Amino acid sequence: MELAAVIFYLVAAVTVGSAAMVAFSRNIIYSAFSLLGAFAGVAGIYVFLGADFVAAVQVLIYVGGILVLILFAVMLTHRITDVKITNRAAGRIPGLVIVAVLLALLVQTIRETPWAKAKQIVYTPTSAKIGDMFLQDYLLPFELASLVLLAALIGAVVLARKEIRE
Amino acid sequence: MAIGLNHYLILGAIVFSLGLYTVLTRRNAISVLMGVELILNSANINYVAFAHYSSGGVDGQIYAIFVIMLAAAEAAVGLAIVLAIFQLFHTIDVGAVETLKE
Repeated sequence: MELAAVIFYLVAAVTVGSAAMVAFSRNIIYSAFSLLGAFAGVAGIYVFLGADFVAAVQVLIYVGGILVLILFAVMLTHRITDVKITNRAAGRIPGLVIVAVLLALLVQTIRETPWAKAKQIVYTPTSAKIGDMFLQDYLLPFELASLVLLAALIGAVVLARKEIRE
Repeated sequence: MAIGLNHYLILGAIVFSLGLYTVLTRRNAISVLMGVELILNSANINYVAFAHYSSGGVDGQIYAIFVIMLAAAEAAVGLAIVLAIFQLFHTIDVGAVETLKE
């Protein structure tokens, strides 16, 4: 097996292992910190796919932003002393069955479908191309994204503030 | 066997299944949000994999960036709602919080 394949399987194992910890851990703090491994592993997968800019965005926004936000929420909403019992799960067996059937179906479909193939697989820097496309083909969604973020910002502040009652 | 498109798609499917399992079984609202993040990540893996192996362009990567942006907005608003629910009900068990007002 060549080196690239070994590294791919390592990164994939980190991703899947961390995601499994998120799904199965009984302690929500462990779940939250396992999310770090899952996000970092996905960033590594992006690097494998030649998506350097997306990998950087993944690290910046997911690991640097969303994960910190989730950790804050965990710390703010739990009495740290009884944290061990706070990550309860219900309906494990039916959930497991549904998910296993779905996964088998997905894998079957993935293996049998003749996916389109690109003429050539290239590994080039993508930032310049992405920047060009954001300001040309995808200008409207790009501007809408700023509006969505502004609305989310205001909405989050309004929702999370302490209400002062008369 | 060289690493190809199928490897990435199957990895995405596994991460999606784990995320779906988290969403289905957890009682804790924050854990449910973590599951949603896993599902969004698996979708992004598929976008970028198809961009790399099937189209050869960067359109898929742009969609992945939009998904990451929406995930950030969703996490901010979702966790703000969770905090508001916690202030009101002193629990974030999704089974216990079933009314829309006090």
